[in-house]
Amino acid sequence: MPEELLKIEDLRTVFRTEAGTARAVDGVGFTVGRGETVGLVGESGCGKSVTALSIMRLVTDPPGRIEGGSILFEGRDLLGLSEKEMRKVRGNEISIIFQEPLSSLNPVFTCGEQIREAVALHQKLGRRASKKKAIEMLRLVRIPDPEKRYGSYPHQMSGGMRQRVMIAMALSCQPKLLIADEPSTALDVSVQAQIIELLAELSAGRDMAVLLITHDLAVVAQIANRVVVMYAGAVVEESPVVELFDSPAHPYTKGLIDSLPRLGQRLERLPMIPGNVPDPFDLPEGCRFSDRCRARFEKCATEPPLFDLSGGRLARCWLCEGGGG
Amino acid sequence: MSILAAKGLKKYYRSQGGYFLRGRQFVRAVDGVDIELKKGMTLGLVGESGCGKSTLARLLLRLEEPTAGTLEIDGTDFLALRGGELRRARRKIQMIFQDPYSSLNPRLTAGSTIAEGIKIHKLARGAGVERRVVELLDKVGLPRAAYSRYPHEFSGGQRQRIGIARALAVEPDIIVADEPVSALDVSVQAQVINLLADLQSDLGLTYLFVAHDLGIVEHVSDRISVMYLGRIVESGPAVELFSLPLHPYTEGLLASIPSAKPGDRVRVAISGDVPSPVDIPAGCAFHTRCPKAFDHCSTETPQLREVSPGRYTACWLHVD
Ligand SMILES: Nc1ncnc2c1ncn2[C@@H]1O[C@H](COP(=O)(O)OP(=O)(O)OP(=O)(O)O)[C@@H](O)[C@H]1O
Ligand SMILES: Nc1ncnc2c1ncn2[C@@H]1O[C@H](COP(=O)(O)OP(=O)(O)OP(=O)(O)O)[C@@H](O)[C@H]1O
Ligand SMILES: [Mg+2]
Ligand SMILES: [Mg+2]
Repeated sequence: MPEELLKIEDLRTVFRTEAGTARAVDGVGFTVGRGETVGLVGESGCGKSVTALSIMRLVTDPPGRIEGGSILFEGRDLLGLSEKEMRKVRGNEISIIFQEPLSSLNPVFTCGEQIREAVALHQKLGRRASKKKAIEMLRLVRIPDPEKRYGSYPHQMSGGMRQRVMIAMALSCQPKLLIADEPSTALDVSVQAQIIELLAELSAGRDMAVLLITHDLAVVAQIANRVVVMYAGAVVEESPVVELFDSPAHPYTKGLIDSLPRLGQRLERLPMIPGNVPDPFDLPEGCRFSDRCRARFEKCATEPPLFDLSGGRLARCWLCEGGGG
Repeated sequence: MSILAAKGLKKYYRSQGGYFLRGRQFVRAVDGVDIELKKGMTLGLVGESGCGKSTLARLLLRLEEPTAGTLEIDGTDFLALRGGELRRARRKIQMIFQDPYSSLNPRLTAGSTIAEGIKIHKLARGAGVERRVVELLDKVGLPRAAYSRYPHEFSGGQRQRIGIARALAVEPDIIVADEPVSALDVSVQAQVINLLADLQSDLGLTYLFVAHDLGIVEHVSDRISVMYLGRIVESGPAVELFSLPLHPYTEGLLASIPSAKPGDRVRVAISGDVPSPVDIPAGCAFHTRCPKAFDHCSTETPQLREVSPGRYTACWLHVD
């Protein structure tokens, strides 16, 4: 187990709206070790992005609010920092890339300029030096012909290239932790493979930890060391990647893995999880997955804690009480 | 039996290109496609973003007029139909859209959305319309209460069900599903895919299933066509195409699929980006990225030909 870099405990983030209070992140806790790649997975709306935004302290308040918990980064609680201190962390130690690269790039500046500016800001370099560095970054993320591409505007690049530009920007400050929120979901399989491989190489080469957010389990299987599974605002399972796929402990994780179409295995019907995710404005009592769970029994009316299954495995399910699986 | 047959379909758009690009610049979005749908079967259509899948889908529904080519649906020349004839024929072929969020009118309840087509095509009247809508809601697995709810009150998977009910409402023979599950989570994907499979066996529907997720395409399709820069480069029975791809592009696409097995390394099988459809490479359009390309590939365009029974490919490697 590598040394702890990020440790989140009992994080609670809510959104107060006219319709009521959405408990988007409701007691989330997990760790990311130095240089480690952790996958954060779960269905749409389960609170993955809000968790990421909370770590960066970028939740818009109002309507959002971090109500409790702690986010220790190298032992310092990010929730206790002033906005000015936080800005330093954001620029220099933790970076984030968002899902939609077009909307996160400024359309009126060239991609090269935008990277150069980020480099100039974080590495305190002059114009010439920062331009040289920016071209180097473009080369690092495998943009062909980087000197020429420096002058391209975002709309002149393909989706895959734009995503690589975003990665180059995020890396310009040499972060210790990179949060990648669905970096490949909007991309083709061919480009997706390029981006995943790039992330894996960069993280290994720079000893950079990656928190990889996705709902695509196949992507996680490729590059994560450990996986955290979220459901309805809470962590329901945490496990090293091999064990998670071999023997998922939580019925929800099992359902997710089963519903993946497998190549070369044509089935009459895909196994599926019936029903819908609960509404964050109106979370059910007891186990939040119980109304969709085939293994439900009386105990499930009470919310289970995260049981420790040893071997770095945790699961929030009464079936795992006493370490069973 | 063939229910839809298109030959030599083309769609060229005038490029909006910049100042220097004025003159004869065309986006060759669909560049000579032959496609055949067999009754009750599913044809999967795959290819990278921008290769022309959605454009082809729109041509088949005549939501756009092709630049060239022929299209027969159920034996009639679909492109020759006008006015009332066209409207009646259109009922036979319906589309399910990629984005369940933007393809529904936010101001219409699910009930009104589904009822629209029934009224237009006079398939029921008065209380009969409502009965039919309720029946459809039931068929796609939505509660009766969904009738009077608005799109924002549904999850992505539920919205996609409304889109499916809307398509079914006019009792079509063919459904063109343009990436119907791409925007959905795996667990919801499985729900929607199973629903489509049930409807096919109940109603004998024919599907054209467009997707870039090959795992799903393999699962649902009887045959698969692979598209690259506006052309079909390979076509064959799903099982055979997956176990033994003929075209290097198909091979690359298959190898790029991340396997859900920890420890399997990602393979970057197709390097680089898709060339611009304004400036399609001469010869075989794929030769710039093809690991097996040889001299001939950059000079002459290979045609789609049958290389073994039921299997077609457009590649010089398979021409003796
Ligand atoms: N600004 C906001 N106002 C109100 N509710 C919000 C806001 N932002 C997020 N939420 C709610 O918080 C919950 C968690 O959202 P989040 O974006 O974290 O989901 P996610 O797991 O990232 O999903 P996806 O896979 O679709 O990106 C959702 O139910 C969402 O509706
Ligand atoms: N109305 C239009 N005018 C000009 N160009 C267009 C138009 N519609 C589509 N194109 C171009 O035609 C090409 C094919 O587009 P299309 O939407 O059919 O691709 P696709 O295969 O469906 O891609 P995706 O997987 O991203 O949905 C693209 O290069 C696109 O930019
Ligand atoms: Mg998100
Ligand atoms: Mg499309």
